[in-house]
Amino acid sequence: MRIKTFALNRLLAALGMTAAFLGSSSAMAWEPSKPVEFVVPAGTGGGADQMARFLQGVIAKHKLMNQPLVVVNKSGGAGAEGFLEIKGAKGEAHKIIITLSNLFTTPLATAVPFNWRDLTPVSMLALDEFVLWVNADSPYKTAKEYVDAIKAGPDNKFKMAGTGSKQEDQIITVMLQKAAGKKITFIPFKGGGDVAVQLVGKHVDSTVNNPIEAEAHWRGGKLRALCVMDAKPLPYKKKVTAQQAWSDIPTCQSAGIDAEYVMLRGIFMPPGVSPEQVDFYVNLFKKVRELPEWKEFMEKGAFNQTFMTGKDYADWVARNEALHVRLMKEAGFIAK
Amino acid sequence: MDEINSLMQGFGVALTLPNLGFMMVGLLLGILIGVLPGLGGANGVAILLPLTFSMNPTSAIIMLSCIYWGALFGGAITSILFNIPGEPWSVATTFDGYPMAQQGRAAEALTAAFTSSFVGALFAVLAITFLAPLLAKFALEFGPPEFFAVQMLTFCSFVGMSKEPPMKTLAAMMLGFALAAVGMDTVTGQLRMTFGFTEMLKGFDFLIAVIGLFGIGEILTTMEEGLAFKGKSARINFRIVWQTWGQLFQYWRTFIRSVLIGCWMGITPGGATPASFMGYGMARRAAKDKDSFGKGNVEGVVAPETAAHAAGTAALLPMLTLGIPGSPTAAVLLGGLLIWGLQPGPLLFVEQKDFVWGLIASMYLGNIVGLFVVLTTVPWWAAILRIPFPVIAPVIIFICAVGAYTVHSSITDVVMMLVFGVLGYLFKKLRYPLAPLVLALVLGDMAESSFRQSMLMSQGNVNIFYANWLVGGLMAVAIFLLFLPAWGALKDLLRKRETNAHLHQ
Repeated sequence: MRIKTFALNRLLAALGMTAAFLGSSSAMAWEPSKPVEFVVPAGTGGGADQMARFLQGVIAKHKLMNQPLVVVNKSGGAGAEGFLEIKGAKGEAHKIIITLSNLFTTPLATAVPFNWRDLTPVSMLALDEFVLWVNADSPYKTAKEYVDAIKAGPDNKFKMAGTGSKQEDQIITVMLQKAAGKKITFIPFKGGGDVAVQLVGKHVDSTVNNPIEAEAHWRGGKLRALCVMDAKPLPYKKKVTAQQAWSDIPTCQSAGIDAEYVMLRGIFMPPGVSPEQVDFYVNLFKKVRELPEWKEFMEKGAFNQTFMTGKDYADWVARNEALHVRLMKEAGFIAK
Repeated sequence: MDEINSLMQGFGVALTLPNLGFMMVGLLLGILIGVLPGLGGANGVAILLPLTFSMNPTSAIIMLSCIYWGALFGGAITSILFNIPGEPWSVATTFDGYPMAQQGRAAEALTAAFTSSFVGALFAVLAITFLAPLLAKFALEFGPPEFFAVQMLTFCSFVGMSKEPPMKTLAAMMLGFALAAVGMDTVTGQLRMTFGFTEMLKGFDFLIAVIGLFGIGEILTTMEEGLAFKGKSARINFRIVWQTWGQLFQYWRTFIRSVLIGCWMGITPGGATPASFMGYGMARRAAKDKDSFGKGNVEGVVAPETAAHAAGTAALLPMLTLGIPGSPTAAVLLGGLLIWGLQPGPLLFVEQKDFVWGLIASMYLGNIVGLFVVLTTVPWWAAILRIPFPVIAPVIIFICAVGAYTVHSSITDVVMMLVFGVLGYLFKKLRYPLAPLVLALVLGDMAESSFRQSMLMSQGNVNIFYANWLVGGLMAVAIFLLFLPAWGALKDLLRKRETNAHLHQ
């Protein structure tokens, strides 16, 4: 096998590849030979964009790749632009994409033709959490009190701000609606930062911001965290506010709200790439996970640090897709 | 005064030799980015951001924010020389800047633009220095109805601006709204008017439209008119800078008005682009000789540039204190802050004093140094106009194409730019105004979202637009401005009738 690769490289060298490339690639299975495009199917400044740019920075700083990683935002059509580009770049190993839940929600809500099965799964990096937030001045101290208040009021009395429409934030809002038995007005905004500020400014009653989007306001005493939408409380025990750490936020389940939801931050490649090429990126992200900077980033955003590759990862994505199909069908968000 | 002490400490941080070096590098890169249309401050900062991760955060933000100042300065250059706005907020600068260049007054226009940029930024930084906590609180008052009121105000201050027939203005504006509606609708999460084409998913980007409409459209017109620039006779010397400065003092009212508009729009955060349009619209309304606007009035350069720069600078305040970016570039810087391990928000001023005041001090220094750098280059920029048109035109088209490609790294955008170029040419030939189209394209999307968010909040009740003093006041001013031209026309009509009646007696 080694000899075969070597021979192939000789051939490539004859076609004009540099001697340096020959040397490095005969030592390892596959390495990028030109800059790698890192597609973000969302706008600048959001959670996926922050993670992509962070990865670009640490990979460059620790020289984990001999070619630069270039972040490109393709946010058109709720991310469809980015996914369609990866789907269309068959066999191109110099393109990777980071996902958010729009991997599932966009094709379901808009009928734009793409599916994760059109792409090659590389690895899960982490899962992003969701927390139910209210303004610190509001009378609701626990998730139960808040849901009881929604139950007691008329339909649409309570307003929830969230990112995008028919995406993760609205799916969670529908779960809360089910728990309360009353309608909640959902108001979509463009970015998670805007959403948090609307709550600080008391223009809405609650949000389901990701931890990293609301952390500063929480620490500043402007917001109150009611519950987290994961199966168990967050593991981070360092105090963020004077009284609370991320680990002190109870789960929504424990408050009697049947709402469990995490968002995939994972990497995919175009279809038709070789296993060696996938392995290169899997190893790359394994190395990133060992860096102290990554651990710090995870703690700051209170991420769920589950890491998966290969079949485990593909199976998880398939299950998560089925969950989205069910939730969106129940909510009536599926395009006809 | 706590602020003065902190600021002096900040100057101590910013004035170290490496930081001054980063400042210069940032400014020069920024000017270059501003000159290249489409590249834009946000893209420029995003590309360079990863390089700064190994730097100390204070030096990094000084360099990146200087790129931002540089881009704000540089955006004016191509607007004035070639009618190509390098940045969205320079569109309004072309209205009078380009006619000035055609009259051979390019150097004067450039000097006025740079000086106004500086004044706008300076006052916005002063506001940030002394009023930060107060202003940050004020930004929290802004919910969807308030945003809609501000956008309405921008439209109303611009209505009646164009000298073309009102129906043509309306038609252009409606086309702009229609183009703005293409793509994803944030409120329903559905695609609109894409007609099944995946290329249409991302809608029409404002920058691509502007590069095509203005840049390519202008080249097509010039080609038809005989392959020559009209600004050839530009005088080239440094005295023109002093002479222009002498004249600028008489526009102090315009400066004050635009600074106020700019700071307001930056903090709320409406952004630099609407601020520049509003600044231009208001200056024209207040002027005695309204007809000279659009034909090379210096005031028409001063007003939008001051407002845009004040807004661009003030936009950093909500980013630092609330974590909401007031502009796309601020959004990228925000990502940077998080990666450097700084959490923007109410506590940044308390927890990271060195960083915040170093940044504020670099705003003062960056703008002073930036002004000096750009002013010294005025004669060279103006000299570009002496290059024969057949040589420079392909270069401009090339730069436009690169710019359009850079926005989304997509070749369809280059084709789109050419289509917009033809549209721009047709508009000019048929005497339709471009400004209302551009305004509707940039604000239509935002205004629509704010309106529909408000309607969701109130369950369809329009009362929400006069529910409190802030939104009610803004709406009242907007409606007043909308009907002001009608009132003027009515008065003229009455006067005419009176004189007619007089004649008949």
